[in-house]
Amino acid sequence: MISTKVTIAGVEWNNPVTTASGTFGSGMEFADFMDIGRLGAVTTKGVSFTPWTGNPVPRIAETASGMLNAIGLQNPGVEVFVNRDLPFLKKYDTKVIVNVCGKTTEDYLKVVERLGECDVDMLEINISCPNVKEGGIAFGQNACSVEEITRQVKKYAKQPVIMKLSPNVTDIREMAKAAEAGGADALSLINTLTGTKIDIHKRKFVLANETGGLSGPAIKPVALRMVNQAARSVRIPIIGMGGIMTGEDAIEFLMAGATAVAVGTANFRNPMATAEVIEGIQTFLVNEGINDINEIIGCVN
Amino acid sequence: MAVYDRALIISQAEAAPGIFSMWLETEKIAKEAKPGQFLSLYCGSEDKLLPRPISICEISEDRTALRLVYRVAGKGTKEFAGLKAGDRIDVMGALGNGFPLSGSKVKAILIGGGIGIPPMLELAKELDCEKSIVLGYRDLTFLDKEFIPYGQVYLSTEDGSCGVKGNVINAIEQNELQADVIYACGPTPMLKGVKAYAKEHNITAWLSLEERMACGIGACLACVCKTKDTDHHTHVNNTRICKEGPVFLAEEIEL
Repeated sequence: MISTKVTIAGVEWNNPVTTASGTFGSGMEFADFMDIGRLGAVTTKGVSFTPWTGNPVPRIAETASGMLNAIGLQNPGVEVFVNRDLPFLKKYDTKVIVNVCGKTTEDYLKVVERLGECDVDMLEINISCPNVKEGGIAFGQNACSVEEITRQVKKYAKQPVIMKLSPNVTDIREMAKAAEAGGADALSLINTLTGTKIDIHKRKFVLANETGGLSGPAIKPVALRMVNQAARSVRIPIIGMGGIMTGEDAIEFLMAGATAVAVGTANFRNPMATAEVIEGIQTFLVNEGINDINEIIGCVN
Repeated sequence: MAVYDRALIISQAEAAPGIFSMWLETEKIAKEAKPGQFLSLYCGSEDKLLPRPISICEISEDRTALRLVYRVAGKGTKEFAGLKAGDRIDVMGALGNGFPLSGSKVKAILIGGGIGIPPMLELAKELDCEKSIVLGYRDLTFLDKEFIPYGQVYLSTEDGSCGVKGNVINAIEQNELQADVIYACGPTPMLKGVKAYAKEHNITAWLSLEERMACGIGACLACVCKTKDTDHHTHVNNTRICKEGPVFLAEEIEL
C-alpha cells in the first residue's frame, strides 16, 4: 500500500495536491467534472474583507505555453465566503485553505480574525498579487514588510499560516527567510510573474490593466528553481506551484523540496486536471517502487 | 450540465473567405444543447493552453451533432480550420445559458452581426413566433440564405454591396420592422445600438455578449461585464459572461 499522505504545519493531507488560488474558485464550478474530495486540499480564490470589483476587461491574454491574467482579485468578501462557499467545501473530505488578500495590513487582519471563528484548516496570505495597486505585491517585495505582515497575521491567526511569495523579487531566499522569521508555518511559491502583451494591429496593450501575471508551463523552470532555493534556505514546509500540468511536473516540485504542490492554470485547460495530477503521482510511485511519497521530497538536494 | 467530450468531426468546409463551418458528432453535448449556448474547443498543441469559446450554430434534428460556424481569427481557430472529417477534437459544453424561447403570439426581431450571426440560426429554427431576421455584414455575406425558411430576412452591409447600406438598425428602420422582443448577437458597438433602439421603442431585448475567457465555466472571473445591480454570485456589479450569460436582458447590463 502506497502512502501519499503529507503533513504541512501539523495538518495532514491525504495527498500532496491542492489548487492554486484563483484558478478553482471555491470548487463549485468543478464539482460537475470531478470529485472535490479527491484533493489533498482546496485553496480558495482570494478573500478580502469587503467585496472587490476587480479590474476592467480584457482581463486575460494567452501567451506561448502560458497566460497573462489581471483579474484584480474580484471576490464577494469574507461574509459571503463564510456563509455560502465554506459550507459547500465542508461537504468534502479535503482540507480547506483560504487565501486571504487585503489592501492594508488591517484588511488582512480583519479577514484572518473572521476566519478564526470558522472551520478552516489553513490560511494562505497573498502578499504577492501583481494586479492590485495597493496591498498585494507591495507587501511581498521587501523582506522587512514580509516579516512584519507575517508577524501581524500570526498574532491574529487561529490556523496555521502559509505565506504566498512573489517571484518578482531579486532574491527569493531573502523573502522566504523573512517569512520564516516572522513566524510563518509554511510557504507557497510562486505567484505569477509580471508580464505584458501588445496587440500590434491596434498598437495597444491587450490587457486593460496593461500588465498581468504570467502563469502556465512557460514559468515552470523558474518556479522550480525558486522552490528549490527556498527549500534550501528555510526549515518550514513549502507548497510548490507554477506550470504544473501533469503528475510528472508535480514530482519535479516534490524532488526540488516542496512538501505539496498546487495546480493552477491547468484547471482552465482541463477541469479534471487536479485529479489527473494525483493519478499521475500515484502511477509514478508504483512504477518506481516507492512506498511513501515523503521519500522523494527534496531528494535532489 | 456541461460535459467534456472528444468529438468526431463529421464535416468541415469554408463557408466564406476565412469563415468555416464544422459539424461535430457529440451526442453527450447535443442532447442538452440550446440555441445561444457555446462550446469550449481545445487546441491539440499544448502551447495554446486556453479553450476557444465558439457559439452553437445548429443542433442536428436527432440531437447527436452540433454545427459551429467560426471565423479564423488567430492560431487556435487556424488549427481548428485545418481539421478534417474523421479527426477528433476535445470540447466542453454546452456552456452558458442560451436564449430564452418565449412563447408564440409575439413578434420577434433576430439580429446577428458578423460572427454573431451563426447562433441566430438555431434560434430562428426553434423560436415559434413571427420572425424578422436582420443580418449585418461588413461586406461579404455568409449563412444568410440558410435563414430564409424561418422568417423574412433583411440584410445590411457597411459598403452597401448587399441589402441596406449601413448597420442593422438602419435595416430595421428602413424596413419599418416591428417587434415585441429582440434577440441579438454581434460586436459590442452593434449591441449598444440595439440596446438603445430597444429602450427607445420599449421592446424587450436579449443580448448575447462576447469577452476573452479562460476557463469557460465560471471559475476564473476573466469574462465579466458590468451590471446595473449587484450580481448574485460575485456580490459586485460584475457578472460572469460564461456562466450567467452569454445572453442577458439588455436593461440589466452596462455596455
